[in-house]
Amino acid sequence: MNNLLVLPMILPVLVGVLLVFLRPYIRVQRVLTILTTIASAGVAAYCLQRIHVHGIMRLDFGDWLPPHGILFVGDSFAMLLVLAASVVSSIILLYAFTSTGIETETMFFYPFFLFLVAGVNGSFLTGDLFNLFVCFEVMLLASYVLLTLGGRKMQLKEGITYVLINVLASWFFLLGIAYLYGALGTLNMAHIAVRVAESGQGPLLTLIAIIFLLVFSLKAGLLLYFWLPGSYSAPPTAVAALFGALLTKVGIYALYRMFTLIFIHDPLIYKIIGVLAVVTMVGGCLGAIAYSDIRQIVSYNVIISVGFVLTGLAIATNTAFQGASYYLIHDMVSKALLFLLAGTIVYLTGRSKFNEISGLIRNYPLVGWLFFITMLAIAGIPPFSGFIGKIYIGLGAIETGSYVLLAVAFLSSIGVLYSLLRIFLNSFWGETIISEDDQKPFEKKMAVPLVLLAVLVVGLGVGAELLSPYIQDAADTLSNPELYIKAVMGDDLE
Amino acid sequence: METLITLLVGVLVAVGVYLLLAKEMLRIILGTAILSHAIHLLLLTMGGLKKGAVPLLTEEAAEYTDALPQALILTAIVISFAVTAFLLVLSYRVYQESGKGPRLRGQQDE
Repeated sequence: MNNLLVLPMILPVLVGVLLVFLRPYIRVQRVLTILTTIASAGVAAYCLQRIHVHGIMRLDFGDWLPPHGILFVGDSFAMLLVLAASVVSSIILLYAFTSTGIETETMFFYPFFLFLVAGVNGSFLTGDLFNLFVCFEVMLLASYVLLTLGGRKMQLKEGITYVLINVLASWFFLLGIAYLYGALGTLNMAHIAVRVAESGQGPLLTLIAIIFLLVFSLKAGLLLYFWLPGSYSAPPTAVAALFGALLTKVGIYALYRMFTLIFIHDPLIYKIIGVLAVVTMVGGCLGAIAYSDIRQIVSYNVIISVGFVLTGLAIATNTAFQGASYYLIHDMVSKALLFLLAGTIVYLTGRSKFNEISGLIRNYPLVGWLFFITMLAIAGIPPFSGFIGKIYIGLGAIETGSYVLLAVAFLSSIGVLYSLLRIFLNSFWGETIISEDDQKPFEKKMAVPLVLLAVLVVGLGVGAELLSPYIQDAADTLSNPELYIKAVMGDDLE
Repeated sequence: METLITLLVGVLVAVGVYLLLAKEMLRIILGTAILSHAIHLLLLTMGGLKKGAVPLLTEEAAEYTDALPQALILTAIVISFAVTAFLLVLSYRVYQESGKGPRLRGQQDE
């Protein structure tokens, strides 16, 4: 049964390759793409339940037992993220069907969409450091193409910056891998964890840890987020939503894996992460408040949530990990919704600055109310999905007495609320600027994915109890790395 | 031998960084290519250089060469090849679009 574990990655890859040959048949491409993402969501849901009952799943490729071969490890944390990523990308696809032009669609949009999903799922599932690098690259190459597909000047310009930043980040990733292999002689993450624990985390290993912190901070947008607002506001709406929902989460996941499994012996690292998270949240809030371009504001909101999730890592208790798992899932769903809404507003009005738009709620009441719900959810107001994550991270902060983190994290929610409320008050209230005659029709097809995501946002908040056993599993694995190590290496450690 | 190669890696990194800091896109791309060569050499060195044996392991092999770094480098080369090709095409597109060579830094009239 463990063979199932490879499906969330291999299915999108195979179907993606197949779709390259089906270039003229857009309809077939659409159907196959969405079936693939739904299938991988189904597999992830099944695996999640199985992990809950039977413990962490492992798949050794070619039956090379760890630490010798490459392997996939499915623990609850990874599987929850795979599930959320697959569900969210299916819904974003629905939006892409109507919003993406036929020209883009024939230029291999769907294959690259699938490759990106494959890279993301692979990064979540892999248990081998070099394989993580490869999955990152699969995801990044697909994202380069999706970002620049269409070739508007803005996209090309942001594309070059984005590609170069990521090439550099990948370079540091390889540097970290080279040093780690030189120091420990293994690349299997669980095996690395065992060897780090044996040798103690000396200065050399701390240096390597900091290289990895640098790499994943660049990918996640922790402090090093200067590239993010530009490249997330350039591409078409559906792609921007995919980026906002998935890409930074992979960096965050890698940070969590690194610093809850491998480099756990030096408390200094957690202090550094805490400081970085605080600076990120403050910087993100300043950015979100400073701009009047809706897409920029939305991109800065991604940065704030990156900072927020990583306060959970800085606190590093079981409660905080529960909060972070909840919040990551919430963030995927709500950021996808927020990006889609922002794109929809820009599409409907043809303008992107919120102070040039007003009275939208009269023309498009549905968009207005969905925006309102999203705003409350992201700010963390019950009963929506952001609330529980914030509460648990807050509880964790109180447990460990990290009051500065607590204060900044919760103040950042006010920053989020303020930045989005400004859009809401200016663009949706007031005199309408669009007369009923030349108002663009808001197609039902476009509304469906938005409503689905909003239902998920409410559902995640109200039905948090349903998720809680899996979240508990995830937090347990994160706070007891022995569970993960045992699942990979077997009972006899060395 | 390892020291020598490490020094070489250092030189390559220095050259790569210098090129990365240039204004023209082509130089920057060459810079990333040279940086990736540097990191491949480093990966090779980290696995230990030639030890005078084949990378095959019998039950009681006295000496063998670690084959893993080679495998890693092969993968990394393919990836950096793909990324470099993409970057070249991208910067050519920017050139077509704007009519002049793309510049990453400095003043740009828009």
